[in-house]
Amino acid sequence: MSVLVYINSNNGLHKSAFEAVTYGKKLGADVTVITSGNADAATLATLGNYGASKVLVDRSLNSDDAQQLTRLIASAATTTGASTIVFSHDIIAKAVAPRLSVRLKAGLISGAIAVPSADGTVNVNVFSGKAFGAVKVNSAVKIISLLPNSIQPEANGAACAVEDFAGNVGDSKIKIVSTKKPEGEIPLPEAELVVSAGRGLKGPENWGMVEDLASALGAATACSRPVADIGWRPHHEHVGQTGVAIRPNLYIAAGISGAIQHLAGVNGSKVIVVINTDAEAPFFKAADYGVVGDAFEVLPRLTEAVKKFRSSGH
Amino acid sequence: MRIFVLNLRTIENNENMKILVCISKSPDTTSKIAFTDNNTKFDENGVQYIVNPYDEWYALVRALEIKETLGGNVTIVSVGSAADEAIIRKALAIGADDAVRIDAEPNDAYYTAVQIAEYAKSNGFDLVMTGKETINYNGSQVAGMIAESLDLPFVSLATKLDVSGTTLTLEREIVGGLEVVEVALPAVVSCAKGMAEQRIPNMRGIMAARTKPLQVVAPVAVEALTSYVSYSMPNAKSACKMIDPTNMDELVELLHNEAKVI
Repeated sequence: MSVLVYINSNNGLHKSAFEAVTYGKKLGADVTVITSGNADAATLATLGNYGASKVLVDRSLNSDDAQQLTRLIASAATTTGASTIVFSHDIIAKAVAPRLSVRLKAGLISGAIAVPSADGTVNVNVFSGKAFGAVKVNSAVKIISLLPNSIQPEANGAACAVEDFAGNVGDSKIKIVSTKKPEGEIPLPEAELVVSAGRGLKGPENWGMVEDLASALGAATACSRPVADIGWRPHHEHVGQTGVAIRPNLYIAAGISGAIQHLAGVNGSKVIVVINTDAEAPFFKAADYGVVGDAFEVLPRLTEAVKKFRSSGH
Repeated sequence: MRIFVLNLRTIENNENMKILVCISKSPDTTSKIAFTDNNTKFDENGVQYIVNPYDEWYALVRALEIKETLGGNVTIVSVGSAADEAIIRKALAIGADDAVRIDAEPNDAYYTAVQIAEYAKSNGFDLVMTGKETINYNGSQVAGMIAESLDLPFVSLATKLDVSGTTLTLEREIVGGLEVVEVALPAVVSCAKGMAEQRIPNMRGIMAARTKPLQVVAPVAVEALTSYVSYSMPNAKSACKMIDPTNMDELVELLHNEAKVI
């Protein structure tokens, strides 16, 4: 079976790219990666470690334009005769994969959390993470968009060939006027460790202790909906049913009661730590570890404990 | 007066701008999620349906703000059964001018998108707006599929939208940041948080909604590309282990040795 994996390599390769290639390898013997932009060939060749037999790169395309990427991936799919196309379920995939689905008349499984079951169905999160749905594709070609942090990358192979590819991508109809990218922040959906806080923090001026813990851990920061709504924190940090859904290895929540809408966005987390003054807060029912105490005392104490742990060589 | 020739139709100025807002029903965010028929069907027992929040709070409200500033017409389209007319009336009560229900079950994103694209094509719209995803299936698929079906540009996850002439200026989320983009109408936009503020319909809106046109059209023939075979629930968490708030070294030790996450 021939599998095509789309990788965005414009800002270097991230863990989600290794996950997608590993996933492709689990689906089929022959995995080709399609990408675009200026990433150097030596970097792209490392995708072979995760199971790619070849990387195709269109050097003429430097944007993430969805129409152009759709044409690029469609022509690579035709060239390679791919029966499955894999994406990492990020912002680009959300724009490109549906277009590709229509173009190729290929069923799209969006936000897969596992490899296909024996019956060929693939599990996805539904009802904002409150349940799983097993999805079947009825078309010959299928597209699977893999939720980040769903599988572990496996590097068992060796560097692979990198070849130039002309995807006939055409023009972009969308003009980019400006771009704002905060430097050095870990994108929330990809973060393995997340420190989050809610109204219990009492005001935006108190977020220093959340950021201190996050930086000691190497974690991303997040927040609850009320905190984003009143403007204490930016909207892109809001996790929950109407915000970002995340599935980090560790989610630490301070001063968040754990309303059902918040849980929907975080209950894919492997381990949840809840810090709350109220021992009856519903979040403790969804937590693995609980601390009943004042975040203003517990967070700095936890930060010190993490620093001590990190400085001991971990 | 300017004359613009667009792919879908000709408009003479913004006063004639036609916006199509796609809405979907979703269970109220506090709904208990359960399944019946051997876990093959969502259990609707006691479930209150609402307009999918992303469709209502962001796509619909921003469409109405544009219309209020520039003039034009806002049409609601929804693929669903007669039972879904309650949520369509809600969208009309908030301020949409008219509505269309495509009489079919929206079980597959491709099937749903083709229905809406066919309707949009035969009726002519300048701007098609959706929420960024539904809160029940979370696929984020339909808007992109409509765009590809109509061969139109698609701006996904937009958090801001302004119209000037036939040009849209949008802010959208990109990996790790924000981007400001411009695109010429006609276009498809999916809307995320930040686009607008939720509106509560007032009594006048609710009364007016009763008599606003709600047309029912038959679906076009198209094969679904995917189907949901069954559902399952996450494993229940084992009991939460409580840690002494003065002993954070213990928590760090457990996260390292027991949970193995740091």
